[in-house]
Amino acid sequence: MRHLCLPRRPFAWILLLWLPWLAACETDHAAAPAVDTRYQQVLRERLLAAKPGEVIEIPAGRFAFDRGLGLRVDDVTLRGQGMDRTVLTFRGQKSGAEGLLVRANGFTLENLAIEDTKGDAVKVNEGERITFRNVRVEWTGGPKTTNGAYGLYPVRTRNVLIEGCVVSGASDAGIYVGQSSDIIVRRNLARDNVAGIEIENSTRADVYGNETTRNTGGILVFNMPNLPVPGAVTRVFDNHVHGNNTPNFGAKGSAVASIPAGSGIVINSNDQVEIFGNRLEDNATAHVIVSSYYSTGYMSSTGVAAAFDPYPEGIHVHGNRFKGGGDSPDGLELKALKLAMVGLGGALPPVLWDGYLNRSRLAGGQLPAELRLCVRDAGPVLNADGPNQYGNPTLATAPYDCTLAPLPAVDLGRT
Amino acid sequence: MQPPADAIRERSSRAIRQLALCLAASAVVLAGCAPAPPAVAFHAAGNPERLADWGVLAVRAGRLVLAPGVETYELNTPLFSDHAHKLRTLWLPPGKSARYTATGPFDFPVGTIVAKTFYYPRHGDGSPAEVSFTATAVSGAATGDLALAAVRLVETRLLVRREEGWVALPYVWNEAQDEAVLARTGETVPLMGRTVPGEPAQPFDYQVPDVNQCAGCHATDARRPALHPIGLAARHLNRVHDYPAGPENQLGRLVRLGWLTDAPLLTEIPRAARWDDVSAPLADRARAYLDINCAHCHQPHGPADTSGLRLDAAAPSGAAIGLCKPPVAAGQGTGDRRFGIVPGHPEQSILLYRMESSDPGAMMPEVGRSLVHVAGNRLIADWIASLPGDCR
Repeated sequence: MRHLCLPRRPFAWILLLWLPWLAACETDHAAAPAVDTRYQQVLRERLLAAKPGEVIEIPAGRFAFDRGLGLRVDDVTLRGQGMDRTVLTFRGQKSGAEGLLVRANGFTLENLAIEDTKGDAVKVNEGERITFRNVRVEWTGGPKTTNGAYGLYPVRTRNVLIEGCVVSGASDAGIYVGQSSDIIVRRNLARDNVAGIEIENSTRADVYGNETTRNTGGILVFNMPNLPVPGAVTRVFDNHVHGNNTPNFGAKGSAVASIPAGSGIVINSNDQVEIFGNRLEDNATAHVIVSSYYSTGYMSSTGVAAAFDPYPEGIHVHGNRFKGGGDSPDGLELKALKLAMVGLGGALPPVLWDGYLNRSRLAGGQLPAELRLCVRDAGPVLNADGPNQYGNPTLATAPYDCTLAPLPAVDLGRT
Repeated sequence: MQPPADAIRERSSRAIRQLALCLAASAVVLAGCAPAPPAVAFHAAGNPERLADWGVLAVRAGRLVLAPGVETYELNTPLFSDHAHKLRTLWLPPGKSARYTATGPFDFPVGTIVAKTFYYPRHGDGSPAEVSFTATAVSGAATGDLALAAVRLVETRLLVRREEGWVALPYVWNEAQDEAVLARTGETVPLMGRTVPGEPAQPFDYQVPDVNQCAGCHATDARRPALHPIGLAARHLNRVHDYPAGPENQLGRLVRLGWLTDAPLLTEIPRAARWDDVSAPLADRARAYLDINCAHCHQPHGPADTSGLRLDAAAPSGAAIGLCKPPVAAGQGTGDRRFGIVPGHPEQSILLYRMESSDPGAMMPEVGRSLVHVAGNRLIADWIASLPGDCR
């Protein structure tokens, strides 16, 4: 049965105008069909008996699982009959920190939905050639701190493709690629998560053609300390990042808890990030935030490895389209900043920088060209002057009027 | 599947000895013979359906008994598994031995069978679903001779060393306790438990892991799929155990049996503290507890190295063990706390929050328990409270 997906949030009707295909999504919330509890055993056995190269077809239906699933065989495809026809529900899950935990190469998950896992929905820990395609992950009760942290969660992986997926309700990031390399995240929809899409400590990522909306922050490119590999070289382009104004519902202390509601694209401590061709609309704090680990509130001389580089460097923002936003920033400091800079009725400019830079790398008062923050086509940049407790924020265009060499496209060597 | 020739020989010669003994005994007392004790049969491939197929341990005349030649052992500090008691046994093929290593598990020969039987002491009423959380050992526990009327057997996990590597096989005991059947997909066993007779029994779901979950702990190097034993390492085994012939250091005995080679002098072998030994330094007890409960994942190249948190015995104190360390991917597991360990403040430490949780989305370890280990958490809380410094 095809239902029109009537949005649960008042401003979400706008979505329907912009993206007609959303209206065709087949979520069957209205009439919950019977849940099959016996299939759990069947799938568990098939996952254990799987041979490399096998395609495990999961029929249409709604299947309940009370324990997490695992897969440790290479080159297995797990395929349903559509993200709204094959539903794996983990409501009432009794054990397992994930719905599905994979440690394998050549893993593909497609055409199914995973709902209401206690922890992460799908985690792939170590592996090459990982694909998520047309997968829906949802916490059906909407945004809640008690929802699982991550929806689609490849970590320590190489060659990752995530496309056509719909992820909502994650209490951390809907789509989270961590400590990985050679990544494409394209044409997904992430909504009602704390972070829609997050690329963390990863190298060579292309994030394009996605829609992120109703998250706290739309798209994040982060580096975290105490990990073996820092990330760099991410392109975020041609995405539609709008209305990411959901109050932050992440647990305090979590990596995304410091994200102000109303953030479009956020870079934290990461290097060589190119942001272009995006449509950024109605993100009430700022469309693009460039920030350092110092601004997260987690900096600690004991707990953060001395080798960690907290400065975002080589950031290139150009050719984006902005509309609305900046008019109602989240948090007292940002509200005060807005009041001071643009007054009660004004709006913060599209690009906000916290002002931290690595002073040890300055030469003649300037960073070397390849480490700069270059912003064009966005009006003045607001430097919040974080290092001086926001004492002397400035609005300027000229210091950021530079360009950086375009980053190369990610090539996964597959179609 | 054919067992190796030497195992067959071993078994048949034992059977002959047994028959001879039995005939001699019956000649004396004119009584019926007890069934022959089990004999070990190593299966080089396949997944035998019944635990009895391996012959390591079996039910005889109302008792769980071991095959001759099977050694029991225990660990200085064990993993907490919902208060279950564990009968740990080791069997090596005749003439084979393991090679000593100082830090990791010993290098065991093909044919090794490690068995861990999870059981609970019963309460007096004898209901199989009602068990005791007491830590007091059951009579015969050390030597592997348990009166079935006194215990509720839940599962026996085998870790067998085959040519291709270690293989995990969980067997679940039936309620009659006369048979354990392979359960590769795991199982949920609903039980009721209480610490003191008379107090209300607490329902809990004992989780028998599926084989993939076995790997969740035993694949200790996330870069490779191979499984490994965890407890069979020098620091965990270096202790005195009560054998039928009297107390003896477990490692000394393994060397004496010819089962362990290349071991240095006992005085040079590392030893983990016993978590419940109040005479040992608090930090040693806490680190030993974290080592056995957490380090199968939280070690360099372990599956949780993605978190930047190490809890293995060798991890240096500092951010590596969580001191003032912000979490990486804890999600809702932070419990609204900012750092792994805040010195002096267990109530602000994420580490303890996750140990005190029984929510699968937040708790640590991720699998292997559904209850909270109050005494273990008290130890970690005391240790954190004793740590100097702050998180500036």
